[in-house]
Amino acid sequence: MKPLDGKTALITGSARGIGRAIAVKLGSMGANIVISDVLDELCQETAGQLAEAGYQTLSAPGNVTNPDDVAAMIKSVVDKFGSLDILVNNAGITKDALLIRQTPESWDAVMAVNLKGAFLTSQASSRVMMKARSGKIINISSVVGLMGNAGQSNYSASKAGLIGLTKSMAKELAGRNITVNAVAPGYIATQMTKDLPQSAQDAFLSGIPLKRPGTADDVADAVAFLASPQSDYITGQVLQVDGGMLM
Amino acid sequence: MSIDEKIKELVMDKLNVTAEQVTIEASFVEDLGADSLDQAELVLALEDEFNLTISDKDSESILTVGKAIEYIQSQVKE
Ligand SMILES: NC(=O)c1ccc[n+]([C@@H]2O[C@H](COP(=O)([O-])OP(=O)(O)OC[C@H]3O[C@@H](n4cnc5c(N)ncnc54)[C@H](O)[C@@H]3O)[C@@H](O)[C@H]2O)c1
Repeated sequence: MKPLDGKTALITGSARGIGRAIAVKLGSMGANIVISDVLDELCQETAGQLAEAGYQTLSAPGNVTNPDDVAAMIKSVVDKFGSLDILVNNAGITKDALLIRQTPESWDAVMAVNLKGAFLTSQASSRVMMKARSGKIINISSVVGLMGNAGQSNYSASKAGLIGLTKSMAKELAGRNITVNAVAPGYIATQMTKDLPQSAQDAFLSGIPLKRPGTADDVADAVAFLASPQSDYITGQVLQVDGGMLM
Repeated sequence: MSIDEKIKELVMDKLNVTAEQVTIEASFVEDLGADSLDQAELVLALEDEFNLTISDKDSESILTVGKAIEYIQSQVKE
């Protein structure tokens, strides 16, 4: 008996990176896995790999900023698995620039994916979870949402917003036995961080007491805890996975 | 099933109450113990069941079982 046997988990932005690692982790714990991403082909590919590894898997591609896509996504999950127990809002983008160089377009784009996307998927999923009188929603925020970061005004605002969303949803949904928590990763070695300039990467590393970048698996382990029954009495919290970067 | 039967069944299901409790005069909050989330869920369920959209303003007036039946009847007739 695995801890998530019979549970169904939808992870947005899970075609690659941290989302993929979360999907693999929850799959290894017995959950049915729904891979979802705006990258259609990679979404199918990743879902195929998980299915090959022996996990019950569904590919549900879509853009989290589009309410119709989100509705179709949730419907396909319920049609296939009959429930939706765990939602991980992981889809996210960066469009970094110093404030004075920030454009309204990049502001809107980052807010749309990181914040509105999480709202739309949570809203649609919560209807299913409310009926079931149980559920777990986990939002992938970021330490920069707590501490700010030069060059990431849009991104850090979206990630801070996600924390407010987490706490409000936690309060609204608690009566239905749905917990809502956030994970705030620090500096995690992925494609997203590879794209950062070397100077920014060095600056991050020098501020990490545990003296190494985090891995996608480090984040997945925290999500696994918040998705499991071991965290049933925890809601509205932000769990930092940052090597001690921010205390 | 008639509209009022359907609505009574929805209310029983959503609010976890018995058929005897779901009288025409029953207030969702005072008599049937609904909280604000229950009320929102009930409106969503009515929308799904009768395939219509209920505005926030209209939903504020749906406070009793009778009001719900009255409202749905007026909408479905049109
Ligand atoms: N890498 C880090 O150091 C770090 C740190 C803190 C937080 N995070 C957060 O972790 C999450 C995952 O980041 P990652 O490093 O794996 O990045 P990534 O770019 O590898 O993965 C993000 C995924 O989201 C998908 N996506 C983007 N826009 C989408 C949309 N509109 N609809 C659906 N999917 C969409 C992308 O296609 C991609 O597959 C993000 O929310 C990110 O902000 C990352």
